[in-house]
Amino acid sequence: MSNELSPGFANPVADAQSCFRAVLDAMARPGRVHAISGVSAPPPLCDAAAAVLLSLIDQETPLWLDPAVAQAHGWIAFHTGALVVEPTEAMFAMALALPDLAAFPDGSDEMPETSATIILQVASLRSGRHFALEGPGLREPRILPIDGLPADFPAIWQRNHGLFPRGIDLILCAGNELTALPRSVTIREA
Amino acid sequence: MAYVAVKGGEQAIDNAHAWLAEERRGDPATPALSIAQIEEQLGRSVDRVMAEGSLYDRELAALAIKQAQGDLIEAAFLLRAYRTTLPRFAHSNPVETATMRIERRVSAVFKDLPGGQVLGPTYDYTHRLLDFALMDDESSAVRPVQPGSLETMPRVPDILGHEGLLEPDDRSDQEPGDLTRQPLTFPAERDVRLQALARGDEGFLLGLGYSTQRGYGGSHPFAGEIRMGEISVEIEPAELGFAIDIGDLVLTECQMVNQFKGSKTVPPQFTRGYGLVFGFGERKAMAMALVDRAMRAEELGEDVTAPAQNVEFVLYHSDNIEATGFVEHLKLPHYVDFQSELQNVRRMRENAE
Amino acid sequence: MKGYNFAYLDDQTKRMIRRGLLKAVAIPGHQVPFGSREMPLPYGWGTGGIQVTASILGAGDVLKVIDQGADDTTNAVSIRRFFARTAGVATTTATAEATVIQTRHRIPEKQLREDQIIVYQVPQPEPLSRLEPSRIETKRMHGLADYGLMHVKLYEDISRFGQVSISYDYPVMVNERYLMSPSPIPAFDNPKMDMMPALQLFGAGREKRIYAIPPWTRVKSLDFDDHPFRTINAPHPCGLCGATDSYLDEVVTDNHGGRLFVCSDTDHCSERRAAGHVGTDGFQEAAE
Repeated sequence: MSNELSPGFANPVADAQSCFRAVLDAMARPGRVHAISGVSAPPPLCDAAAAVLLSLIDQETPLWLDPAVAQAHGWIAFHTGALVVEPTEAMFAMALALPDLAAFPDGSDEMPETSATIILQVASLRSGRHFALEGPGLREPRILPIDGLPADFPAIWQRNHGLFPRGIDLILCAGNELTALPRSVTIREA
Repeated sequence: MAYVAVKGGEQAIDNAHAWLAEERRGDPATPALSIAQIEEQLGRSVDRVMAEGSLYDRELAALAIKQAQGDLIEAAFLLRAYRTTLPRFAHSNPVETATMRIERRVSAVFKDLPGGQVLGPTYDYTHRLLDFALMDDESSAVRPVQPGSLETMPRVPDILGHEGLLEPDDRSDQEPGDLTRQPLTFPAERDVRLQALARGDEGFLLGLGYSTQRGYGGSHPFAGEIRMGEISVEIEPAELGFAIDIGDLVLTECQMVNQFKGSKTVPPQFTRGYGLVFGFGERKAMAMALVDRAMRAEELGEDVTAPAQNVEFVLYHSDNIEATGFVEHLKLPHYVDFQSELQNVRRMRENAE
Repeated sequence: MKGYNFAYLDDQTKRMIRRGLLKAVAIPGHQVPFGSREMPLPYGWGTGGIQVTASILGAGDVLKVIDQGADDTTNAVSIRRFFARTAGVATTTATAEATVIQTRHRIPEKQLREDQIIVYQVPQPEPLSRLEPSRIETKRMHGLADYGLMHVKLYEDISRFGQVSISYDYPVMVNERYLMSPSPIPAFDNPKMDMMPALQLFGAGREKRIYAIPPWTRVKSLDFDDHPFRTINAPHPCGLCGATDSYLDEVVTDNHGGRLFVCSDTDHCSERRAAGHVGTDGFQEAAE
């Protein structure tokens, strides 16, 4: 079974570390785009999404998989050991289109960290609609182009941000690039 | 006098380590302790270090005791730090203490009972007189004992349970919590509380257990049963589908039986406090059972007034590795903060004048 | 180091801590519980900071470790050695050269940059702990952003002493939402946290909490309009380098009340002296 699967990270310890640092920096400076390397993703995943999964997911992180990711299910299961669950149980989600955020845990006021993190694969972080991000981590508003979000994303995000300190955090991946949108940022169309 | 910033921290640390090694060994004219000697002749120390170090390995515990010059908390710390790095291959099935091959078993609530009272290797009725024969070769002092056949015996709570006089065991298929993987959260369930107590400091639990007897959260305890002996540990690999025996543990179990007047939903019956410890750790198992019962106060509708009943207080302060680290960290430099306080007090004194 | 993973912790533990760090960054100032491991160094000696550092560190990082602002205090030496041994990373005492700085009780005087991360060792992450020992209670207060208890404490200080009596571990509000312990840094360092370009991470090993302040985030020391927050420092220049804007240690030089005030940030002081700055006691050092 496993010999049909493409490998995980070429250098598991070092690649996971550098991918994590990219995600950490993107979460700390929302919208900053990082390129990652070290893995060649199984379709339909992009390399960045595959790297984030390998870096953060294991048997301790219940994961929801977008049905559109089914083709990569075996690869994810083999390399991460993640337990695949319904959205309400998920600590992480891997999606190819923005799912209904309300379906996922958004934490509690006392334990807001128990909310889900959604890894969302989009078409591009270099082109598409422009969004202006503001909040912790940003000295001044950052303009981020994203191709692949629903038309009403600003309104969806406003609801999510309005839950703070509860709320969902997004890790956006396109090709070999990634960035992050923590719940703490405000987003408007620029 | 010229002031020179203190340099040479590295050299100082190296020197300290070298001195420590020399002191640990002691006079080279005295033969070095072997690990086997510690394992065999300081068994109660080994047991305590395994319990508080949360790792059942007699040889490593003995090594830790040797390395720590017999400082048992330091030794437990060595074991804990080693334990953290070990991969987890499997989870064992729960051990069934009814199947224990008994070395010691006493009950304070029945004069006699099936299986009988088995004193085993206890200090209980020794007169605490220094045995000067041990000063020299002790071989003459040891009289070989015919070990009784190690057999299993019914547990006293099971005997009482038949009449419904004793609250039954909770049965749960829920995965038990694990404090070594997940931080403590509240309300802390009994599985996590018992894990914390089993790893907890013997002295701390002893003091707390004692406090319940003196009126701080008392619950009229009887030592229903104390048993010590060997028990088999089994794992059940998913690919096999049946259990296999992977080795034996020596455990001490204490079941305290406590008066309970009953409530609206539960008729009067006896409740239990439970203690289970690696090795021969009777003092700790008993103290643990007292504290476990005290921490059930809220569940049983009793007033929570005493330290031993305060779950948060007990659980946050029972771990001696945490406690010793934080108490002893006060010897690290704090001069930056102290300086801040100095300037602050000077300023407040100026204001006051 | 043979038999151990890069930077000591196994990768599963690192993943757990990394996930906690991401949540901590997403909720600035909120204490995220984590499955803190037993480390080969004692609790209270930087196990939280060490676990955070071990989880972020890569082979290309350059690590600086300070305690009380100094690179050569014994615990800083010990922790630096730990990482040099288990991760083989480059270490430095120069603030400007470091990519990761682990600290106990100080923030370096030199302004940190966007490409640096500072990791604080935290003994007690709960800023309300001296006022309310129960974590069940303080967790509820954070959930409700109910910090009245702390305001009352500060107000009582002012009415009794004419000022806030806290001189270190002075509580801050992060991003106008969470009351946070800045760790036991002197209040002198608090303003450096506000809108810091570097990412700030906090690890409390014994208390099993991680928290964070993203870069460019508002960090406000609690105060009142008529009693604004003030920093405290010895009213002297550094005896060695003449600096007037650095935090000073007071060194006892004799039995007759002799005192020397010197920079607590040893790298800052030596860099200034190398650049030719001399304090009133500095000539003595040249004479050594």
